[in-house]
Amino acid sequence: MTNRLRLKPLGIGWLALPGAGYLVLVFALPLLALLASSLFDAEGAFSLAGYGNFLGDSYNAKVVWNTLKIATSVTLICLLIGYPAAFAMARAPVAVQGLMFLALILPLSVGVVVKSFAWTILLRSNGPVNALLLQLGLIDEPLKLLFNERGLIIAAVHVFLPFMVLPIFTVARQIDSRFMDAAATLGGGPLYRFRHVVWPLSLPGVVTGCAFVFSMAVSMYVIPALIVGDRYQTLPALLARAYLFMRDRQAGSTMAVMLLIIAVSIVLLSSWLGRRIEARQQRAQEAA
Amino acid sequence: MNSEKLWHFGSNLILLLVAIFMLAPLVVVVMVSFSSSPVFNLPAPEWSLRWYSALLHKDGLGAVLWLSVKVALVSTLAALVLGTLCAIAIAHGRFRGRDALLAFLVSPLMMPGLVIGVALLQVLREVGLRDVLGALIIGHIVITLPYITRTVHASLALFDMRLIEAARTLGLSPARAVLQVMVPSLAPAFLTSGLFAFLASMDNYPISIFLTDARNKTLPIEILRYLEESPDPTIAALSAGLILFAIIVLFLAERMVGMRRLAQF
Repeated sequence: MTNRLRLKPLGIGWLALPGAGYLVLVFALPLLALLASSLFDAEGAFSLAGYGNFLGDSYNAKVVWNTLKIATSVTLICLLIGYPAAFAMARAPVAVQGLMFLALILPLSVGVVVKSFAWTILLRSNGPVNALLLQLGLIDEPLKLLFNERGLIIAAVHVFLPFMVLPIFTVARQIDSRFMDAAATLGGGPLYRFRHVVWPLSLPGVVTGCAFVFSMAVSMYVIPALIVGDRYQTLPALLARAYLFMRDRQAGSTMAVMLLIIAVSIVLLSSWLGRRIEARQQRAQEAA
Repeated sequence: MNSEKLWHFGSNLILLLVAIFMLAPLVVVVMVSFSSSPVFNLPAPEWSLRWYSALLHKDGLGAVLWLSVKVALVSTLAALVLGTLCAIAIAHGRFRGRDALLAFLVSPLMMPGLVIGVALLQVLREVGLRDVLGALIIGHIVITLPYITRTVHASLALFDMRLIEAARTLGLSPARAVLQVMVPSLAPAFLTSGLFAFLASMDNYPISIFLTDARNKTLPIEILRYLEESPDPTIAALSAGLILFAIIVLFLAERMVGMRRLAQF
């Protein structure tokens, strides 16, 4: 009786069809169509001219360069702040951890538009940030923080920092403090312990965090639109303009595909790195 | 001992600074929304509710908010159904490539939203779909589905399917066994992933911008347009409302599953 009515394991697989089919139709195939439309010219012949024309234009090449540069700076600053913060959090008492979760997740649950708007208030020349710096005597006259790269980086770091801290926190929590004690008894100084114990063990979290932050920073649109406006063009801004205002499909799809290639290569690179780190840790464990 | 004290001091300082950095923007927006000054001056010369009353009398805002809520609700509900089915299939199916399937189902979160929007726009044009509400719902399911699939799959992996068989031997029909045994144990996963999917849809700009038109706008698009044209603290009042909404959502989620599980990556 029970045997006949048991949910058959093989039969269950079909349940994924509606959802997976939906994403194929509405997500995967449209992306492939976009890729195709960037590879064929107006007469329908295969050509890479779209890419040649796009990158040949020095203005466009500079925009791509700016986009990658900003995303790299944002990722590095997030790592520089997020790494020590994640470890401090992992070693903090439970109550402090709870407050830090709140401080990271509440901003995450508030929209990007609201947060970018908040930074336009904070960063004005007579805004709170400048007032604080003046009062502390760190600067003599207000810094220009809006409508330039500096402000963009500050706001982007704020929006993406939780995506760096949380994955690193997850691995930091698992690094047993006995490892550190063991390394210390073996005579390793703090720097030695960091390089040979802490850093290698935290690498999976670092890779995940950097992949998240970089891929989001490359494709951010709302933050630059509010903080810098048109003065500083990035690839997403150029892409949106090509479609929404210029109605230039060939150029638009070329840019979209370039953005897509960057995103896909980050995913592939991070999963490859993740596998390599895992394999190395396994080898180290077997050797031990 | 001394170095231990230094380490303690240093790590507390880092945490304090990060917490201030993360929360300051939200605090500032709320403060500006209660200020009587129209130019974002802080500290406020006087406290007032004028921007809240301006918000209530703003034309067209109700329609914009309603469109956003409709899209978020429908796309979250659709994703709850589709995503749960996918999660069950991956967690308990025995076919090859389950990991790859899960990676595919979650992949829209790693792709640039603008690119998804552009690709969808081209396809919808080919098909000839002109209805903004329909197009938005179709597009938003692409980003709500990954949230549901990921979270429900994670909590299903911990669910013991033998419980369903046990309920079946006790005489429950298959449907009731699933409803009375599996659904309650998955409720926290449904609730949190549903709430975050809802928030993600409400906040989405890059996909929506390609699917809306001049007459039908979603909330983030309208806010951005308004800020570019005539920034005044009415938007701060609206933002404070959205922040309050996020706090309520987090409070509910924290009650159901705790802050720790919300932060799992």
